[in-house]
Amino acid sequence: MTIAFSVNGKDVNIAAEADTPLLWVLRDDLGMTGTKFGCGIAACGACSVHVDGALMRSCSVPVSEIAGKAVTTIEGLKRADGTLNRVQQAWIDAQVPQCGYCQSGQIMAAVALIEQVGTPTDAQIDDAMTNICRCGTYPRIRTAILAATQGAGAVALAADQGEA
Amino acid sequence: MADNPNPDLDVPGIKGPETADPVQKPKKKGFKRRIFLIGSALLVGGGVFGVWWTDSSAKSRAKSLASDEGEHLFNTWVKIAEDDTVTVFSPHIDFGQGSHTALGQMLADELDAAWDKVRIEQAPADLAFANVALGKGFLPSMIGETLAGLLPDAVVGILARSMPLQITGGSSAVRFTGEVGMRNVGAAVRMALIAEAADRLGVPASELTAADSKVTHAATGRSLRYGELAAGAAGRSLSGDPVLKTREQWTLIGKPIARRDIPAKVDGSAVYGIDFALPDMRVATIAAAPVRGGKLEAVDGSPALAVKGVEKVVKLDDAVIVVAKGYWPAAKGLAALSPQFSDGGHSAMSTPAIYAAQDKLRSGGKPDNEGGEGDVDAAFKAGGAKLIKAQYRVPFLHHAMMEPFALTAHFKDGTLTIWGGLQDPLSARAKAAKAAGIDVDKVVFNPMIMGGGFGRRFPDIVQIIDQVAVLAKQVPYPVKLVWSREEELRHGTYRPQSSAALSASLVDGKITGWRTDYVQSGNAEGEVPFIYAIPATSRRHFAYQSNQIDGPWRSVNATQIGFYTESFMDELAAAAGADPYQFRRKHLPEGSRHLAALDMVAKRAGWGTPLPQGTGRGIAIVESFGTIVAEVIEAGVKEDGSPRVLKAFAVVDCGTTVNPLNAEAQIAGGLIMGLSSAIGEQVTLDQGAVVESNFADYPILKLADAPPVVDVHFIESGAKTGGIGEPGLPPASPALANALAAAMGRRIRTLPVLTQAKA
Repeated sequence: MTIAFSVNGKDVNIAAEADTPLLWVLRDDLGMTGTKFGCGIAACGACSVHVDGALMRSCSVPVSEIAGKAVTTIEGLKRADGTLNRVQQAWIDAQVPQCGYCQSGQIMAAVALIEQVGTPTDAQIDDAMTNICRCGTYPRIRTAILAATQGAGAVALAADQGEA
Repeated sequence: MADNPNPDLDVPGIKGPETADPVQKPKKKGFKRRIFLIGSALLVGGGVFGVWWTDSSAKSRAKSLASDEGEHLFNTWVKIAEDDTVTVFSPHIDFGQGSHTALGQMLADELDAAWDKVRIEQAPADLAFANVALGKGFLPSMIGETLAGLLPDAVVGILARSMPLQITGGSSAVRFTGEVGMRNVGAAVRMALIAEAADRLGVPASELTAADSKVTHAATGRSLRYGELAAGAAGRSLSGDPVLKTREQWTLIGKPIARRDIPAKVDGSAVYGIDFALPDMRVATIAAAPVRGGKLEAVDGSPALAVKGVEKVVKLDDAVIVVAKGYWPAAKGLAALSPQFSDGGHSAMSTPAIYAAQDKLRSGGKPDNEGGEGDVDAAFKAGGAKLIKAQYRVPFLHHAMMEPFALTAHFKDGTLTIWGGLQDPLSARAKAAKAAGIDVDKVVFNPMIMGGGFGRRFPDIVQIIDQVAVLAKQVPYPVKLVWSREEELRHGTYRPQSSAALSASLVDGKITGWRTDYVQSGNAEGEVPFIYAIPATSRRHFAYQSNQIDGPWRSVNATQIGFYTESFMDELAAAAGADPYQFRRKHLPEGSRHLAALDMVAKRAGWGTPLPQGTGRGIAIVESFGTIVAEVIEAGVKEDGSPRVLKAFAVVDCGTTVNPLNAEAQIAGGLIMGLSSAIGEQVTLDQGAVVESNFADYPILKLADAPPVVDVHFIESGAKTGGIGEPGLPPASPALANALAAAMGRRIRTLPVLTQAKA
C-alpha cells in the first residue's frame, strides 16, 4: 500500500507493507538513519520521534497508523536557519554523549518533555526520561535539560567550543 | 604479578564461537586480556625512538592510504598539510570513551600545534599502520619502558606474532598509546620542524621556539608556519630522543577540552555501522542455535520466502539467515521460520547447575592458578584468631551496547569489503579472510563509529564477522547483516558467571590471614591487584567453562573480584565491630595512594554524618588498569524492595587526568553501569539456552534510578598514567551492597540485588 505523511515538513509517499514499523520506513526507505534501532520492542527509546507533536517509539508504530500525520525526527530539530535546537545545543554544552547511539532518542524525549511542561522539575525529568543509555550519561542528560530550560547547570568548557 | 605465565599461550588460539569447547575447559582464557593490553602498547612502536619508517614499501603504502596532495605524512601517527592542518591518526577506535580527543590533545601539546588546526582520524585498518617490523624491533625496549613486570617471559614470543593488531581495550589508549606514542611522536615532529626551520632561517635550533603551529626566531622576529616547514621536516631523520614537556609546560594535556565527536551525535548525522548503506544493498538478519554449541538440523525456508521483500534463506552450520530488501521483511521472514537446532549435548546446562559445579570444584578441586604470600593456613589456626567466611555469586552479564551488531559486506571480483565497528580492525580483517577462505590481502575493512562496545567488539569473539563473510560470498550484491537485540542478548560473550568463597582470620580487630577461592573461566591474578597489607594472603583460581563464550566485559575481572573483596572487607569490619572506612584505613599502608583516595572519598561523602532512617552508606576501593578508584554510595530501599541510590561519590587517582571533562564522564558512566549490573542485570541459562530475551527482562538502570549527580574528584598524584574507561565500574557494586547492608541490615552476597529483594 502507499502511505502519505510528512517527515520534517516534507511530504512523502511510501510504498510499504502496512505493518512495517515507522522506524524501518525512516531508516531503510527514506535513508534517515539518525533515528536508531535499539530493541524493537519499545523498551529502550533509541527510536523516539514525534508524531503530530507526541513522543513515540517508532519501532513499534506501524506506518499505516502514520498516514496523514506529521513526523519529526532528530534530523528535523534544527531551526530553519540551520542552527541547533536549544536542547541540542545544551547537549553539546554539557558534553552529554559518549557512544552517542541513544542520544537522538534522548534528545527527542527531552524536547517533547520541554514542549509539554516548559520548565521540567527533577521529578518530571525522572518520569519522562525513560530511554536507556548504556554509557550512563544520565547525570549530564539531567544537567542539559535543566540548562536548556533554566539556563543553568551547564558544564563549563575551557576551550575549543565552536572554533575552526 | 604474573605468577602463572600460562605456558600454553598461543595468541591465534583464541577460538571463535563455532569451536568453543563445552564444559570444563580450563585455562586458555586468562591470557586474553593481557594480550589486548600488549597489542595496544606495541603499536606505539610505530615512529617513536627517532625512527620514522622501517621500510620504503610501508611508507609508500601508508602515504597512498592516508595523504593527499599538499599533505606530508611523518609516520603512521601524524601528517601536516601545507595549510597547517595537523591530522592525528588514532590506532584505537572510539566507541564513546573519548580517547580520540585525548590522544589528539597529547600529540598536539607536545607538537605545540594550535588546537583548532588539529583533526583526529581513525587510522586505516591496514598493516602499514600497525608497524609490524618496528614493533618487533623495539619489543625489548618497549617492555622495559612500559610493561615492566607485567609480562611473563612466555608472552614475549607471542607478542611478536600478535603484532598486526589495532586493539582498543584494557583502558590502554591514553596510558600506553598516548603516554608512549602520541607524546613522543608529537615531540619528535616538533624537533624535526624546528630543525627544518633552523636550516631555512640559518640560525641555531636553540634560538628557535615553537608555539601555535609556528616556529619563531625571537631575535629577528621571523617565523615559519608548520605548513611551510612540513615538506622538508617530514623527510628529515632525527638524532637524539625527543624531549617531552614537563607538566608545567602543558597547554592541552589536563585541560577540559570538548570532545570532537559530539556535535555529529546530537543532530543525527553521525553514521554508525548499522547506518551504513550501499546502492542495491540487501539487509539480512539471523537466528543461531538457541543452545550454544548446537547445530542447525533442518529448516524449511518457504514461509520466509512467502513474506514480501524476502529474497533468500541461507543456512549456516549453526544458524539460519534471511536476506530481504530491508530489515523489517528480513525480521518478519525469520520469525516465520521454524528452524530445528540440536542442543550440542548441553541440555543439562543451567544457572543453578553452573553454580553447583563451581561449588564442587572449589571445595574439592585443585586450583589452576595461585597467588598471594605468607602462610594463610597457619594464620587461620593461630591462637586467638577469629575465622570469618562468606560466599558470593555473580551472574553472566550482557554488554548491552545500544547499537546492535551490524556489518555490511560486499564480495566482488575476489575482494571482500566490510564496513562496521569493531575493537580491532586489523584482526577483524584477518578473521573475515579466514571465514571467507580468501587471502587477508583480499579483505578491506572500513572501521565505523560504534554505538558502545564495553568489550563485546573484540573480533576474536564476534560471531557476526564469520557470518557476514560467509553470507557475502553467496550473494552478488552488498549485504548488511543486522543482529536483533534478542540475538545479541542470547548469543553474547558474557561477563562470566562466577562464584567465590572468602575466608579470613581476625586478631585484635586486624586481619591476619585472607583467602579468596574463586571459580570462573579465566584467571584474574595479575590483573586485579590485592591492595591491602595483610601478613598472609592466598588467592586461588579454579577454572570452569560452561557452554557459553566468556568475554571481556567493561573492567573485566575487576568487576567480580572487586565485588568479592570489598563486600568481604565490610563483613570483616562488622565482625571486628569496626567502621568500614576506618577498618580499611587500618589495612592500607600509611602514605599510600590508596589511603589518600579512600580518605578523600570519605571526606567528600561526609562519611559518618547522620543519614535519614532506612538509608545507608557503603564504601569500596578497587585498583584496576593502573587507576585507583574509591567510591561511596548512599542508598535506601523503595517500597517494592528495590534499591534506591541517592548519592554517589568517586575519587580517582589515575596519575594524570588528560581531559578532566571526559574523564569525569567515563568515571560517572562506569559507576552507573556498575550500579545497573548490580541492581538488576543477569543472563541465566535453562536447558543450555539463555532465558532472557530483550530489555523487558534484562533491565538496564534508567535515569530515574541512577544517582542524579555523581561527584567525581581526581587526585593529580602524577603517578604513572592509568586507564579511565573501565576503573570507575568495579567499586560500584560492592559499595552498593555495603550501603544496602548498612540501610537494611541484610548482606547481599548474590547479584543482582533485584532478584534477592523479590525472593
